[in-house]
Amino acid sequence: MLPGLLTDLEVIRKDFPILGRELAGGHRLVYLDSANTSQKPQVVIDAMVDHLEHHNANIARAMHQLGAEATQAFESARDKVAAFLNAPSRDEVIFTKNASEALNLVARTYPLGPGDRVVITEMEHHSNIVPWQLATERTGAELRWFGLSDDGRLDLSNIDELLTPQTKVVALTWVSNMLGTVNPVAEIARRAHEVGAVVVLDASQAAPQLPIDVQAVGADFLAFTGHKVTGPTGIGVLWGRTELLDQLPPFLGGGEMIATVSMAKSTWAPIPHKFEAGTPPIVEAVGLGAAVDYISHLGLDNIHAHEQAITGYLLDGLASVSGVKVLGPLDPADRGGAVAFELDGVHPHDVAQLLDSRGIAVRAGHHCAKPAHQRFGVQSSTRASSYLYTTPGEIDALIDGLEHTKNYFKVG
Amino acid sequence: MDLDSLYQEIILDHYRNPHHAGLREPYEAEVHHVNPTCGDEVTLRVHLDGSTVSDVSYAAEGCSISQAAASVMSDLVIGRPLEEALATHEEFLALMQGKGQVEPDEEVLEDGIAFAGVAKFPARVKCALLSWMAFKDAALQANSTTTSGG
Repeated sequence: MLPGLLTDLEVIRKDFPILGRELAGGHRLVYLDSANTSQKPQVVIDAMVDHLEHHNANIARAMHQLGAEATQAFESARDKVAAFLNAPSRDEVIFTKNASEALNLVARTYPLGPGDRVVITEMEHHSNIVPWQLATERTGAELRWFGLSDDGRLDLSNIDELLTPQTKVVALTWVSNMLGTVNPVAEIARRAHEVGAVVVLDASQAAPQLPIDVQAVGADFLAFTGHKVTGPTGIGVLWGRTELLDQLPPFLGGGEMIATVSMAKSTWAPIPHKFEAGTPPIVEAVGLGAAVDYISHLGLDNIHAHEQAITGYLLDGLASVSGVKVLGPLDPADRGGAVAFELDGVHPHDVAQLLDSRGIAVRAGHHCAKPAHQRFGVQSSTRASSYLYTTPGEIDALIDGLEHTKNYFKVG
Repeated sequence: MDLDSLYQEIILDHYRNPHHAGLREPYEAEVHHVNPTCGDEVTLRVHLDGSTVSDVSYAAEGCSISQAAASVMSDLVIGRPLEEALATHEEFLALMQGKGQVEPDEEVLEDGIAFAGVAKFPARVKCALLSWMAFKDAALQANSTTTSGG
């Protein structure tokens, strides 16, 4: 057994009903696409079903018992997320549709103007590039970015040039969804704060596998999505510091985000409700609360150790296949559990198709990180991504599948 | 799913040795089509001589299905009257959208019948159609350029 794996892995796997699924051709599912979306444990599924069966009502406005129960369930999810992030205040947790909406919320409302600068990185997911392109185009601010080193890390050699008093926002990913790189976000946040910039962290890939402490890391805003942390789709989170959120104008207008409304003018509810217009994703919040409880119970340190062990095993396995080239750092120590690679002579689509014919689910394409692919002169790649339920046996199946793929296409 | 129905030998042959690949002069229209979900790309040029498709040249980056489709497509349309080439496009489109229920006509589609199996893999249909869509786009542009006398 690999050191670092979660103990009782086989028991943990039983929490995820889908992992027992048999696919076409009688193949047992080997799910290596968790960076895309994670699978859901029974406890999350049950929490959502129980809510819909017994407590469903709209929240914050229904003056009846079910309304009170639903409100309590929704707000208790906020408490759970606040604890998960070590947020100083529960009111700093804003529920959104997904991480993209959370990032758009900041990019759309944060005050910028001509002469201001926003700094992002070349390894961002499109959801942390496009909103800042729109924001800087709209406001006349300048968009700059950190480049990447050949081994897939941030090139911080020009940090003094990029981070100047002009720089108002530094937005970057904690863990790359394509390269797997874990960025030194606390150090970058410290440097950004020296020039007075705020730091927006995309924690979509970090929240599933690293302990998140927004205070320790020095973030000003942090976004993540529910469905990658074993929760449902349709819900994401923006956390922000109270004094910043208080200053920002509303993002979406509508029900539940107001204090008063007259025909001429409205005033806003205090945070978090100022940013939660309309009926929110209630049962999804309940599911997310159950999900962060689930992974917190397993322990984020333990999950991180498991991911590192599996990722190390995966990198070793890939190194044994001739013609495979891994994109991103080769040392699992500062890497997340997503490994993108090329297989010489076989297009990623064809790799994914061959693997799928054996029940192995991976992702093929640009993984919504086209600029990072361009940086390495690659149009697309195959990505295998593990999670807390991944076993070394599943990695073995992937490696066998790659050898089979090479034989099928008569390469290598 | 039967993998061999997707990866017919004809498809793999075209993939390994694509016909008419590369960008050539002259041309009246050039288009660039991408498949945004996977990043496959094709730059494609059409040269019309009167109402005949005199040349189709392309630079394509993509999977075996998309590369082979570009190769087969160029075989099928080069040297044909534009109207006939566009009719062949329609025939291929119908095959791809037929969910595996459409019987391909070998008289019309020749090597293109090998793609019948692709129609059973919904995620791959767009791979097979990329270069065909680019051809239609470029051919119509080229035709409007030449017929307008421009």
